[in-house]
Amino acid sequence: MLIPLNKTRNGESGIVKDVGGGDGLKRRLAALGLRVGLKVTKVSGMYFLGPITVRVGHTQIALGHSMAGKVMLEVEG
Amino acid sequence: MRKVLLVGNPNVGKSAVFSRLTGLEVITSNYPGTTVEFRKGYMLLGEEKVEVIDVPGTYTLEPTCKAEEVTCEIIKEATKAAVKTGDIIINVVDATNLERNLYLTLELMELKIPVIVALNMWDDTKHRGIHIDLKQLSDWLDVPVVPTVAVTGEGFARLIGQVYKVRPPKIRKHTRDERWEDIGRIIALAQRLEHRHHTFWEKLHDMTIKPETGLPFALVIALASFFLIRALGEGIINYISIPIFDNIWTPVLLKLSGWLGGGGLLHDVLVGRLIAGRIDYIQSFGVLSTALYVEFAMVLPYIISFYLILGLLEDSGYLPRLAVLMDNLMHHLGLHGFAIVPTLLSFGCNVPGILATRVLESKRERFIASTLISIGIPCAALQAMIIGLLGHHGLLPVMVVYGTLGLTWLVLGLIMNRLTPGFSPELLLEIPPYRWPPPKVLFRKTWWRVREFITEALPLIMLGVLVVNLLYYLNIFDAIAGVTAPVVSGLLGLPKGAIVAIIIGFLRKDVAVGMLLPLALSVKQLIVASVVLATFFPCIATFIIFIKELGWGDMLKATAIMLVTSLTVGGLLNFVLSFF
Repeated sequence: MLIPLNKTRNGESGIVKDVGGGDGLKRRLAALGLRVGLKVTKVSGMYFLGPITVRVGHTQIALGHSMAGKVMLEVEG
Repeated sequence: MRKVLLVGNPNVGKSAVFSRLTGLEVITSNYPGTTVEFRKGYMLLGEEKVEVIDVPGTYTLEPTCKAEEVTCEIIKEATKAAVKTGDIIINVVDATNLERNLYLTLELMELKIPVIVALNMWDDTKHRGIHIDLKQLSDWLDVPVVPTVAVTGEGFARLIGQVYKVRPPKIRKHTRDERWEDIGRIIALAQRLEHRHHTFWEKLHDMTIKPETGLPFALVIALASFFLIRALGEGIINYISIPIFDNIWTPVLLKLSGWLGGGGLLHDVLVGRLIAGRIDYIQSFGVLSTALYVEFAMVLPYIISFYLILGLLEDSGYLPRLAVLMDNLMHHLGLHGFAIVPTLLSFGCNVPGILATRVLESKRERFIASTLISIGIPCAALQAMIIGLLGHHGLLPVMVVYGTLGLTWLVLGLIMNRLTPGFSPELLLEIPPYRWPPPKVLFRKTWWRVREFITEALPLIMLGVLVVNLLYYLNIFDAIAGVTAPVVSGLLGLPKGAIVAIIIGFLRKDVAVGMLLPLALSVKQLIVASVVLATFFPCIATFIIFIKELGWGDMLKATAIMLVTSLTVGGLLNFVLSFF
């Protein structure tokens, strides 16, 4: 099941299947270590559509809510 | 001269490596974007003097944001020349984040200049269960790989030794996907991860970034910082500064006063006017009495305690979490969460704060952040004086000043966000792991900042007191006070002489607050005067950095905003307080 990163629950993991929103965003996220094929775990999300914090490997990244909406995850179940 | 460029991702310890190599003093912290300027230094390689350049961090050589564009441009310029001049790159890599860091490594190697990889924070890999096979890694890359710990100096002898031997790599230009594929292969060969249970730091991380626990935690940190800074500052004042002045300096000054005949221009400029035959460190207003007392007994203790606590917050890695928690609020002000870092720095001094706004993406954000800082954020010297002045009247008046400034900052931000064209970009930030701040690094950093304060502020404070004395003798203030009286007395409810303090505030805010004392203001007047001094023209140092960073046009705009804000807030406050 494909869901956007900003719709996942805390602690939920998934494999990144697609990063939308153009080449620029794709490169910025890849540079920080968030790219297609990697496993991502959501750590927390701020209230009122605030930034989402995720764990990728040993890195933690915080990204804006709508940015996170462009990252599509495949989660189990 | 040959050059060594230190290049790497943000927050991998480039500045610490730079400091090790050159012996220069550089501020380091645990958040991405500590270094916003290029820094140059020199090191000796045997007989040869080599230039070392600390380059601000970047994730790739294809810039993904404004701040990276400048960095990438300079790396490319430098590398064009490098082939002829024999320059090399030391690629500083975070060993605990090898996979992501290697992307830049591969890009650098494609530039065909000699690259040495410094696997920094090597000590961290052990207790985080990361095993890196150095031989496999350096064989695959075909460049020297040296594990280092910049904080302790481990591995530096070997790193420097490699500078002689290194040769340009022979690899062709790759596509982005090819690079990631290569990295996949390298990681599979050279890195093994051990599964570790959640450590204390990781639990702390989750706790401090989830809003339900993180927001209360942030409040606790803010209050604890405020009271710790206050307690430590007061402690130094009462147990060190005041005894030194009373027991050692006063007798010296009295002797000098005797020699100078107890009065006259020179006497009053140096020692100050004697009050009932004695030196009153606050009211005498001499260059050797009040100026020194303000600097060393009122302001410096707070500078020390502020930078100690700030350093602790910087080095632990807490600030990026705060940026995430504050992101919503900051968006309403036209900024994003990371703007909280320059804002916090400004509580020490607005100058490094405004410089640090370089981490923000757009010119619009930099303008809003810098203007808000100049108006709403009082520097440590000003705060020390406000607390020194109002503290006797209890906590409430101090809180009214802070509350008013906070509200001004907020409301002005909301307005500026509406009126400044453009939008605020979304937050995208790497959150570094928590680290225990190394005490040596922390104390050294605090000492550098304190020393810089002394060398930069002391001459200005003495000059300020000198100028005030001369202007009084020339009776210039009376003329000005007559002209500005309708605003100062009518609107703000202050005695007309308070204009003198406001004018001197342009030179030094702390001296300005000191000048309020002889005016014998009521508590309400002190509150209004403190707020007006804080929001009015920033000191000259802030002015200069504002022009340098944002240009005359933006500075004039900011000045207009300051004047309007300061008079509006001061007038309103005077009106509201008259009901109590």
